[in-house]
Amino acid sequence: MFGVIVGLSAVTVVARSFFFLSNQDWQLPHWAQRGLQYAPIAALSAVVVPEIVMSQGAFITTWQDARLFAAAAGAVIYFSKRDVLMTIIGGMAVYLPLHLGLGF
Amino acid sequence: MMFLAPKLYQHPEFKIGMRELAPQALGIAAWGLMTGVSMVKAGMGLWASIAMTLLVFAGSSQLAAIPLIVAGAPAWVILVTGFCVNLRFVVFSLHLRPYLIHLPRWERLLHGYVTADISYVLFTKRFHHPGKTPEEQLNQEAYLAGNDCLNWGSWMVASLLGIALANFIPPSWGLGFAGILCLLGIQCSLASTRLRMVSSAVAGIAAVTAYALPLKLNIVVAIAAAVILCLSLERIKPHIQRRPA
Repeated sequence: MFGVIVGLSAVTVVARSFFFLSNQDWQLPHWAQRGLQYAPIAALSAVVVPEIVMSQGAFITTWQDARLFAAAAGAVIYFSKRDVLMTIIGGMAVYLPLHLGLGF
Repeated sequence: MMFLAPKLYQHPEFKIGMRELAPQALGIAAWGLMTGVSMVKAGMGLWASIAMTLLVFAGSSQLAAIPLIVAGAPAWVILVTGFCVNLRFVVFSLHLRPYLIHLPRWERLLHGYVTADISYVLFTKRFHHPGKTPEEQLNQEAYLAGNDCLNWGSWMVASLLGIALANFIPPSWGLGFAGILCLLGIQCSLASTRLRMVSSAVAGIAAVTAYALPLKLNIVVAIAAAVILCLSLERIKPHIQRRPA
């Protein structure tokens, strides 16, 4: 098992350094360079959205889900306060009562 | 660790990197905590959980690997799974290459190893272009190191705490959702142009639609779909967007 753990650590290094493992000279094509400015937000959205609207691999069919309310509250808080910490705290302040109190 | 290099930690940008990560630290910690809890709950032993936390340092690949390890899957299956779940980092590394390529290889790999999602996003948000002079390059490296340092620290402390307290924090409480709210906040902060909002919407829809793909490949598909669509829109309507402010 420890061999697998060391192997997974190597996988982390290789994946996160993939394109700078080698320092051979090459230029990224211009279009790809431009495309990369859309990659960070796309990656975050791809991780975040399924965590909010899916449950056990399926699209949720109820509005009674604490995550929907918490995410909506979080987005409103972010755009009014521009503060990620407030987004987390405010979102959890909506999430926990609904989830633990009402079972959403 | 390279954070111990005085030229980095004594640099003013190191502190700025830490300060810009600080608001996210709570979300990172909540996520680390629940990853720690999940490892123990899934039946990984105490020492294996600790070793995994300290070495692997990649929440999504840890969570994907745990059930396979517990079920005794062959090592190569576990490693390939880990790599596929980490494919988004391959995209990030393409972006980071011009910023880091001037460094010696082992320093590049160390930076790559500790730069996870949030640090990558904050770094590329602060520095739109790779440094051209040695001073600019050092500024950027120091910022990244400060950012990574606090990210690594909050993740590790919380994850080890999660391992220790696994029996007292039921996953059903959903504390890990704080990590998602953290990413959501950063996502909102990046929505600075119309095309980026398009990118966000397309990636979200694509990730849900392609959710059935194995190995979290839906994330890679979603990034590709969003980037390709935004590049096409740029061509059709070049005036809707130039560089973000």
